Amino acid sequence: MQRPNALDLRRALTPSASFWAWTGTEANLGDRLFHGAAALCAFGVVAALAGMGVEMIRASLSSIERFGLGFVTEVTWDPVRELFGAAPFIFGTIVSSLLALAIAVPVAVGVAIFLAELAPAWLRTPASFVVELLAAIPSVVYGLWGVFVLAPWLRDTVQPALAAALGFLPFFGGPARGFGMLAGGLILAIMILPTIASVSRDVMVAVPTSYREAALALGATRFETVQVAVLPHAKAGIVGAVILGLGRALGETMAVTMVIGNRAEISASLFAPAATLASVIANEYAEATSDLYLAALSELGLMLFAVTLILNIGARLLVGKVGRAAPGVRGG
Amino acid sequence: MDAYRRRKVIDVGARAACVAATLLAVVPLVSVLAYVVVRGAAGLSWSFFTALPQPVGEAGGGVANAILGSLQLVGIACVLGVPVGVLAGIYLAEYGRGRFATAVRYAADVMSGIPSIAVGIFVYTLLVLSMRHFSALAGGVALAVLMLPTVTRTTEELLKLVPDSLREAGLALGVPRWRVVLKVVLRTGAPGIATGIMLAVARAAGETAPLLFTAFNNRFWSASLVEPIASLPVQIFTYAVSPYEEWHRQAWAAALVLVVLVLLMNAGARVLTRARGRSR
Repeated sequence: MQRPNALDLRRALTPSASFWAWTGTEANLGDRLFHGAAALCAFGVVAALAGMGVEMIRASLSSIERFGLGFVTEVTWDPVRELFGAAPFIFGTIVSSLLALAIAVPVAVGVAIFLAELAPAWLRTPASFVVELLAAIPSVVYGLWGVFVLAPWLRDTVQPALAAALGFLPFFGGPARGFGMLAGGLILAIMILPTIASVSRDVMVAVPTSYREAALALGATRFETVQVAVLPHAKAGIVGAVILGLGRALGETMAVTMVIGNRAEISASLFAPAATLASVIANEYAEATSDLYLAALSELGLMLFAVTLILNIGARLLVGKVGRAAPGVRGG
Repeated sequence: MDAYRRRKVIDVGARAACVAATLLAVVPLVSVLAYVVVRGAAGLSWSFFTALPQPVGEAGGGVANAILGSLQLVGIACVLGVPVGVLAGIYLAEYGRGRFATAVRYAADVMSGIPSIAVGIFVYTLLVLSMRHFSALAGGVALAVLMLPTVTRTTEELLKLVPDSLREAGLALGVPRWRVVLKVVLRTGAPGIATGIMLAVARAAGETAPLLFTAFNNRFWSASLVEPIASLPVQIFTYAVSPYEEWHRQAWAAALVLVVLVLLMNAGARVLTRARGRSR
């Protein structure tokens, strides 16, 4: 008979042989636990997103049942009589965001071209740094600046000038208040500009240098090079950047809430006060007194959630496509 | 004018337009920062950092409870959000192949674009309604949810940069995989992950919208998890939209404190990244 060696001894002393068989070896237990914990946390990310959708649907159920699809087109928002319609906020959100895009996109593309193509090398890093700092300033600080600097400036300088020059248009009618749709759109433009500029810059930088060299070698000027070699390849990515910016504009809350005037009305004039989906939630959610009121506000949030979800998926498909295509092209 | 001259003129004009666009983009930044520094510095005093807010009409007072409250909220958010985010990032980098990992990655990317006010509603229905009152915990959870995608994706990206030879060296010594991940891979990626966490914290510290109806506000000190708590951003909002001169002054001062805090964290994070890049 052989004497039992250490390994046999340990096996004999292990309380539950089947347990070890299940986990594999001893070292593997730690691995399995760790793998499981990591997978659980990863699942937590998905669960948080899914939970958000489920919770918001649940919170807005009574409003959905009560108002149905008419919620979207109803223009009255009267908490006292418990009449809730989302139309003024949908209008306010869309108009302020489009206004912001109209102002921000040309400037942002210019900034991106400057940073990616024109700026001397020593300027690129600090300039990009400054553009990114813009994105880091909290939105409530922009709001504060909007209340005390932007809105008075609009009221005293910009709006009288616009009214004098273009007052015959319905967009520039009514008293110059400062606070209103124009202020909301402008502050949004300032806030989404860095997002659009830095993502556009990144997709332009990803265009292979050989394309630029080819254009330059054919005698193209610097701007023609950008036109024929860079922009066509960066186009999808820039569109993606714009959609990302739009997503931010739609959901941006504090700065807009502070300067847009907060009135649930639809007006043709950009000078008139308005409200957005996010601003009405910020203003009224904590004070909503009845369950239906809370549900109606939650439904506004649900709309915002759904729209930004779709926009983000779309934008990421566009930006992602550029990112994936670029290395393949560069390999040639 | 011949075609060559015309092309030259267009080129110069377009380049000038790009430079002008960049200058135009810098104007609001300079204006925001200048106003915050000048008006904020005028409102700063010793009591601003040490005293509680005064009732309307009384001069003086400070936002000490809001400063501490912000730190508490960000602290809760870190305790909840960072471990989950880092572990999820580890999963994606070390184990993440296949459809589940793709779904997680996608969820994290999409989540970073969800408006923070929607996160506020989510936490409200999840925690505030069930606990029946606003609480610091709810505010912290909201900030943690906002931090989660950034922390997850940064951790993944940085761990993927860690060379496989380090993992192989660890495994060849007979170290179990989980210890290799924690002691070798994570440690190598740690400075970069710290950068990502700092950026996420900086963003969370400035968030206002999700706190309005989760952490709410509080005029007094609070150390309790289940009580409403003050925070700097909410305090700035409350003061800014109030009609009182004294509160406006304090709003600017609070904004200065918040901006300095956020920009310091951002600059710190970037310096950290650059120092690492150079040493490689």
